[in-house]
Amino acid sequence: MNAINLKVNGKAHAVDVDPTTPLLYVLSDDLALNGPKFGCGLGQCGACTVIAKGQAIRSCITPVKSVEGAEITTLEGLGTIEKPHPLQQAFIEEQAAQCGFCVNGVIMTAKAFLDKNPKASEEQIQQAMSSVLCRCFTHVRMLRAINRFREGRAREGLAKEGRTREAAAK
Amino acid sequence: MSKHSEVVPNSTLIDDAAAALGRAGFSRRSFLVGAGALVVSFSMKGALQTALAQGPFEGGTAGSPPLNQLDSWIAIAADGGVTAYTGKAELGQGISTAQIQLVAEELCVPFSRVKLMYCDTVQTPDQGITSGSQSHPTNFNQKNLAQAAATAREALLKLASKRLGFSADQLVAKDGVISAKIDPSKKVGYGDLVGAKKFEIKLDPNVKRKSASEWTVLGTPARRPDMPALVTGQFEFVHNVRLPGMLHGRVLRPPAVGATVVNVDESSVQALPGVVKVVVKKNFVGVVAEKPWQAIQAVNKLKVTWSAGTGLPSHADFYNYLRSQQPTRDTLLVNSTDVDEKLAQAATVVKATYYYPNQMHGSLGTSCAVADVQGDKATIYSPTQGVWPVRNSTSILLGLKPENVHVIFRRGSGCYGLNGADTVTYDAALLSQAVGKPVRVQLSRKDEMAWGENYGFAFVVDERAGLDAQGNIVAWDHESWSANLGNRPGYTTPGNVITGTLAGFSPEPFMARSPAPEPRVYTNNSNGVPSYVAGNVGGKPQGTGTVKSERSLTHNIPSPLFTAPLRSPARLQNTFAHESFMDELAARAKADPVAFRLRHLSDERLIEVVKEAAALANWEARPSPKPQNRRTGIATGRGFSCVAYEGENGWAAMVAQVEVNQDTGKVTVKRIFFSNDSGPISNPDGLRNQIEGGALQGMSRAMSEEVTWDDQRVTSVDWESYRSLPLGFDVPEIKVKLINRPDENATGAGETSITIVAAAIGNAIFDATGARIRQVPFTPQRVKAALSQTFSQA
Repeated sequence: MNAINLKVNGKAHAVDVDPTTPLLYVLSDDLALNGPKFGCGLGQCGACTVIAKGQAIRSCITPVKSVEGAEITTLEGLGTIEKPHPLQQAFIEEQAAQCGFCVNGVIMTAKAFLDKNPKASEEQIQQAMSSVLCRCFTHVRMLRAINRFREGRAREGLAKEGRTREAAAK
Repeated sequence: MSKHSEVVPNSTLIDDAAAALGRAGFSRRSFLVGAGALVVSFSMKGALQTALAQGPFEGGTAGSPPLNQLDSWIAIAADGGVTAYTGKAELGQGISTAQIQLVAEELCVPFSRVKLMYCDTVQTPDQGITSGSQSHPTNFNQKNLAQAAATAREALLKLASKRLGFSADQLVAKDGVISAKIDPSKKVGYGDLVGAKKFEIKLDPNVKRKSASEWTVLGTPARRPDMPALVTGQFEFVHNVRLPGMLHGRVLRPPAVGATVVNVDESSVQALPGVVKVVVKKNFVGVVAEKPWQAIQAVNKLKVTWSAGTGLPSHADFYNYLRSQQPTRDTLLVNSTDVDEKLAQAATVVKATYYYPNQMHGSLGTSCAVADVQGDKATIYSPTQGVWPVRNSTSILLGLKPENVHVIFRRGSGCYGLNGADTVTYDAALLSQAVGKPVRVQLSRKDEMAWGENYGFAFVVDERAGLDAQGNIVAWDHESWSANLGNRPGYTTPGNVITGTLAGFSPEPFMARSPAPEPRVYTNNSNGVPSYVAGNVGGKPQGTGTVKSERSLTHNIPSPLFTAPLRSPARLQNTFAHESFMDELAARAKADPVAFRLRHLSDERLIEVVKEAAALANWEARPSPKPQNRRTGIATGRGFSCVAYEGENGWAAMVAQVEVNQDTGKVTVKRIFFSNDSGPISNPDGLRNQIEGGALQGMSRAMSEEVTWDDQRVTSVDWESYRSLPLGFDVPEIKVKLINRPDENATGAGETSITIVAAAIGNAIFDATGARIRQVPFTPQRVKAALSQTFSQA
């Protein structure tokens, strides 16, 4: 086997695995990450979602070789317990989980979608989440958390725009 | 068999006796499932008598920290930090947060100073199984953890009294410090008083609990301490347990139900990279490899010859199968003996049959466990709901002494009952023992759904009632059929669990009994008795309703597939039938469904939740169906449903508002209004989270979930063939009214909301369209069929 070079959460790793191994097993076994999770192995539930090249991908059906060299972000790469990402913070504010097993898929899917569509409507967000499952059915809180983050960012964006205009005026 | 069996009232079965019975290998649910009454066989009766003769359950399973000793529950470190030990696990519902609040409250320390340890057979007391909406009633009333924390506070006050020279009533405890009321400079911290030493005292059964009016931590929406780790990917699930030198196992389940191993060709995988060993024990087959992907590939390529399967009854005809099998195990919950007579005299007799399918726990993550079996000792990390029974039964499976098996609970994916947690624990134990190294096993999605799941029970329910000329119910007759196989892992056998059976052990035997003996004591654990009848057993009405002529008879048969408690087992199925039927009766009497319910209820707490839910929804009093609705396009309607969960373990009522597309049969739930009474509210936000989750899970189960099979095997094996409502469906607005009863006992809250959802939606469909749907799930095809049937009759 030849080593495969991965860039995960800003760090470089060389892993010596079968190139057909799904990315998920490399992340959770070889790199000992807890964020991405095995839910179905079929790309149906979202639990294994990571962001690669800005896209939310299902790592359980993505051969590791196909993302060699790509910038990969996992849930751990967004923020920490001490300094959570604003989207993670929104989930804490809304207490938006029960068992928490699906949270990885929910946050990573929402993050990738809102990065591309910062002005998405609530309806579009629901649509974007339509292939993510939560079996505790914490749907109401999770959607509220995603909206809280979106609105917070919109406010921040307006403030930033304002500052830029002010700076330009000076 | 029947002469060795009798019905024992569950209401007289104190928790302590139930725990002792559990030690003897009988779970609480094993008595309740399908039957609704506590059914005790000769041997169980002996265990019960022994348990009762022994008095309060004091010791837990052999090896458990004794339940009557304070040190089993509470430890105080030299720095004053508190560690509490509990036998009730966090399964994702937030109960650990509420337990921390309880300990902080009674011990007068800040929430952040309490660390909770749960479910470890070396460290925590044996409190049986974490199930049945029992954690709140078990640990928050006058026993167990609550009593331990209060006993510790009183003991600390006594110690401080000696140290400071004030009587205990002149002292006050706050934030882990005890000071004199008149001179706060005279003070001592908990750490200085006990400083990591043991209390060495017993729990005080008469200890004074804080009254709810004094609460500062309990009753508040404390945030879950696990949330930051969960949302940042730092939380360690059982799936993330990594031991040095750990290998990865994968199991190969039979291709058909009843198929047995004829031959295993180990050479078919020996040359594959990373393969360590092929393990076969009777019909249990697995492979251990160095890496997870290697184990998966090896199992896919392993050549096993299996015998033909034993076949399954037709899925399409399964409800008739349930009804027609002999012999059965029959139980009467109530029987006024005059039901047939009263029905014959009634002005109107209404009959209906309701159908509820097998459903899955369908945990999002497949089940996983890690076992390290070396020589005669085992350490097991398991998401089980019962570490002590798993310790004992795994010791039998492996041929080890129970005291040499250490089971440590680690959280799995939410389970909602008995999912594959125990079976995968056995898988890991067998594979680890075969290689003498730690082995992690996580099931595939297909193995989880076809050979890991213990399905929720399918039910057929016949309802029959008589109305008098004024539209009052004069008699109610309920009869149900259900099937079950396997159970929770007993303390005495691994055979209740799929892997145990594959490895050669037998599940609990089926004990036929017909006719059912007359009920001696009232119990409504299964909600087999409708809320509207008197529940008269032993000359005393103990139900929640007014109808005096009543009968509730259940029939249980062996199931062809493994089954087990799934959130609100039997209670949900029975309540779907009762509450749909009550709506049919109201319609026949041309009465408003809420007023009609209130007319037949006697239980004050049930009456209150009914009124509160109706008020929350601005319920407009009128009969169903809604007049002047069009028969094409979108029609809107509202439905009502309520329950006294298990008769007395939580009260709930709801209104569902729906839109029905009469052209496509698609039902959209727009709004849910919910009222709930679970006694004193320990954490209002946690309670709301449970109710919201239960409401939507109930909706998914009502609208789209059903286990399917062909003549050999289960065919619903992934999220395409078993449909769960995703985050992206039209999520209804949910409004919840919490009723707080600080002076009552704590009851369950995990299963109240889910129990009443299907009926409320079905009743709303009727209100909107005039079509009655009596079979779950309410798929568009079924709704369309009900619509065309209704209109062809009209």
